[in-house]
This record gives sequence, structure tokens and C-alpha cells, in this order.
Amino acid sequence: MPPRPPSDWPVIRTVGVDGMLVSFGDRLSEGANRAALAFRAALDGAPVPGQEETSTSLASVYVRFDLRGSDHAAVHSALTKLLAQRDWFDAALPHGRKRWRVPAVFGTALAPQLSEAAALAGLSPDEAIRSICATPLRVQTIGFAPGQPYLGELPPHWDIPRQTGLTPRVPEGALVVAIRQMVVFSVSAPTGWRHVGQTALRLFRPDQPDPFLLRPGDEVQFVPVSAETLDTMRRTDPAGGAVAVAIAQGAA
Amino acid sequence: MLAQGLSRGGAADLLALAEGAALLGQDTGLAALEIAGSFLRATLDAPARIALTGAPMRAVCDGAALAWNASHAVAAGATLDLSGSAGGYSYLHMGGGIVAPKVLGARSAHLAAGIGAMLVAGDALEFGPDAGGRVGLCLPALPRFDGGTLRMVETPQTALFPPTQRARFTETVFRKDARANRMGQRLVCDGAGFGAETGLSILSEIIVLGDIQITGDGAPFVLLCECQTTGGYPRIGTVLPCDIARLVQAPAGAALRFSFVSLEDAVRLERQEAARRAGLRRTLRPLVRDVHAIADLLAYQLISGVTCGDELESGGGA
Repeated sequence: MPPRPPSDWPVIRTVGVDGMLVSFGDRLSEGANRAALAFRAALDGAPVPGQEETSTSLASVYVRFDLRGSDHAAVHSALTKLLAQRDWFDAALPHGRKRWRVPAVFGTALAPQLSEAAALAGLSPDEAIRSICATPLRVQTIGFAPGQPYLGELPPHWDIPRQTGLTPRVPEGALVVAIRQMVVFSVSAPTGWRHVGQTALRLFRPDQPDPFLLRPGDEVQFVPVSAETLDTMRRTDPAGGAVAVAIAQGAA
Repeated sequence: MLAQGLSRGGAADLLALAEGAALLGQDTGLAALEIAGSFLRATLDAPARIALTGAPMRAVCDGAALAWNASHAVAAGATLDLSGSAGGYSYLHMGGGIVAPKVLGARSAHLAAGIGAMLVAGDALEFGPDAGGRVGLCLPALPRFDGGTLRMVETPQTALFPPTQRARFTETVFRKDARANRMGQRLVCDGAGFGAETGLSILSEIIVLGDIQITGDGAPFVLLCECQTTGGYPRIGTVLPCDIARLVQAPAGAALRFSFVSLEDAVRLERQEAARRAGLRRTLRPLVRDVHAIADLLAYQLISGVTCGDELESGGGA
């Protein structure tokens, strides 16, 4: 292993004893995220020898394979061949994506850090809400906890740091922000990101045939609602008021 | 389901699950009961075959002691008492498995994700149909209950730790922290902690079971079966899957060390262990018990060709 991460992307490295990682960058970028999503879709269509499971992070693709029927050399060779087929950084996003409209309460006691986050972004609270809700955000990856999306990318003024201390607990459905990204929490958890909105989303429902609401590559546009409206949605709609439409194939 | 943010879940000690399946002659995909340093009293409504594996406990059925790492027949109405755990994870397996709904293709519990739940007093469990088979068999348990050395491979972030840190990491004797759960195990040591040169600015990346994450306080935290699926803390190494049982079954305070092995050696060790687990049924031996065992013993010898003398020397080790 070289002493520094290589400067040319993509790179293929090993993970654990039975995994490989294809990284498209050491920081998040539109191209690297697009490449990761498209490359994983390609892998699932044309699996490497012994492939058991694939997943994406923000800018990389992980593939786990079965040591009983495959080895690192065969997987490395197949990955190299697939990587060479095209420029993955400008690949189209995978098919079957959805665009979600997700009601959220911004600020109030339900999401107490809106003003603080807005100030760090140089915005008034109302400007902050308009900015967050202006355009759909892409599900760049799902991870950490089941069904939990990382959404982006917000405009540059949202490049605000995580807070130094942890908020001991935000509730399920909390919408938090830092470093031009947003996360909706799938479980109640501590966080270092600022809690600016509250949704009624239930991102992971293990009792359902398909327990996961979102997929990487989906888009989410938030719609500001009152606390009363959200409360009604929470009580009456298992989807928490979220509505999805299919995104036409080939759409950017 | 790493792609959807869900880690493996399931048994903390997969070897114990395989041992139980071998003892009962059934599939490793059937659900068993995991007992994490606790105790259990259960009454059986119907006759059942059971097996006991993992961290040894005192097992008593209606006043009669049961051997650990062995299979037994339990009569209807009998009360089973499991107690005296010294820590780690113990397993009660039922012939036919414990009925549990499949979620995402598996019967595994993942408590952090809300799949499955801890048992509480008064709960009733149902067994699946048992194809039946011999009981009174035992297995030699793979030693894993006293700490020791955990083998690991490099991660994509290992090179971010200076060589001196990596060397010191493998020379350090760690102790298993008393706080442990199915998400991860913290380790403590005397002296300075550890840290990568790039600190905390690494892009969030895939996490796999066995990753040794170095968080802000410099202490290693080994990620286990209910861990998060991505993280931005650097990982100095990944413990081999075949050594995870040694970590989770070490008692609190046990001494643990780490050593790097090459990827080639790691693959060889994993394949060896997979083959060994697949062949566990060939290592079954009859328990040496009272006079009733003799019929079993003779039958076993006729099948296997092992001499009577070997049986008597090695059969009582459970």
C-alpha cells in the first residue's frame, strides 16, 4: 500500500478479507457521486466473480464477494475491465429513481437550531427555509443507520461546520444540516449536525415487504408545513405525507 | 443490506451458531436464542432436542446437570435453567429452530434497527418442526474464551497512521472494556492513545464488521454485527471474521493484542475456518454419560471406526 492515497481516480483497494472498494475521489463531488451510483448499477447488472453484495458511499462503491468461489485477482480484473468501459464521472444516474416531496416543519420547538444554522450560512431563517426547499436534493448515499439518506448538495453558503458538541438526541425524522449536506434521521440518535427541520418520515419499516423508503439516486424536495399539519400527517399517513413521482429515464 | 444502511445483525458469535446447528444436525439459518451475560429459566411444553454453545453456563434440567457444547433431549414439562455466565454470548438452540419471521431474507435480530427484540419474563417461543436426530453428542469447543491475539488486515486508512503508531498498536496489550454491546467493543490500554495524521477529516466511507475505528479519544473501538454501515473515523485495521468470536467471547478485562497478517494469509485462514465449520459434524462425539449412553457409543463406533479407547479418552471433555 502506498504511503499516501493515490492522486489518480478511480482507485481499487481491498476492504476486509472479502471486499473491494472502488473510490472515485477523496472528497464529495457531483462527478464522484454520480460515478459511484452509476458504477454500482453497472455492477449489479454485470456482477464480478462471486459477487455477494454491493453498496455505495458518497464517492465509492463497495463489493463483497464469496471467497469460496472467487478471489481478489479475479475481482480486481473484472472491476478494472468495467471501469475502463467508460468515463463514469459523467455517467447518467441509474434508472428507476423517484422524486419525493417531503413535508417538514422548519424551526419552532420541533427543530430548534434553524436560526443558528441560518446565521452560520449568512441567511435569515426565512431565507434559509427558501434556500433548502428551492430545489430537489439528491440522495447521495444511504448509510450509517437503516434507510438513512445523505442529501445534497446545498448551495455553497451552506458549507457550515458540524457543531463541536453533540446534541444528545434528535428524534426519528429529524432533518439536520452541515457541510452542504442534509440528513434525515431514520432512528432517534445523537448528532453533531444542526437540527433545522422535522419530518414525519419513517425511513425504515422492518415489518413491510420493502422496508426502505428511499434509494440512492432518488431526489427529495422539502415543503414547509405547520406543526399542526405535520402532526396530522404523522397520525394518518404511514408515509408521513411524503409523495413520490417517477423520474423520467435520462433526466439529469 | 449495507446499501440501505443495515449491517449484518444476527449472532454475535457465528461459530457458536454453527456449532449448535452441527450438534442438532440442522441448518445454520435457523434462529437460536442468544444470552448475553444473563440467565434463563424456561419450561418446555413439548419434548425437544436442544443444544448449548458459546460462552459456557451452568445448565440444569429438572435438577440434572447438562453438559455444555452438547446436545440433549428434554422432556415435555421440564424446566431448563441456564445461569452463572462469566460474560460473552451463550446460545440455546432448539431442534427445528425458534420460529422467527424472516426480515429481508434472514431470521437475524438487529436490535439497533428494531428487528427482533430482547426476551422479557413471560414471553413464549415457538419451535419449528424438528426433523429429529441423535442427541447426547458433544463438540470440542474452539478455544476463544480467554482473550489472546486478534489477527487483522490493513484497511484503506491504515496508511494514514504513521508507522510508529502501527508498530505501537501491535505491541500494546489492550483490555476489553466492561461496556460492550452488539454494535461495538471498546478496548482500553495504559499509555497514549492512537490517531491518524489526517485526524477527523476523512470522507465518510464503508464500514465492515471487525473494523477497528480510532475515535477522538484515541481508544480503539471494534465494530461488530450491529454497527453503523458508514463512518468517517479512520480504521487502523480490520479483524479477520474468524477471530471475531475470540473478541466477543473474551471476558471483560481480558488481555487482547492485535497482529497484522497479509491479505493472502487472511484469505487462507478464512477459507480454512470456513472448511472447518462446514465439517463440524464430523467432529461430533458422544457424551460419556451413564449406562444409557453405551448404546449410542457402540453405534457411533460402528459408523466411524474410532476405537473404544479413543472414545473413552476424548469423549468427556465437554
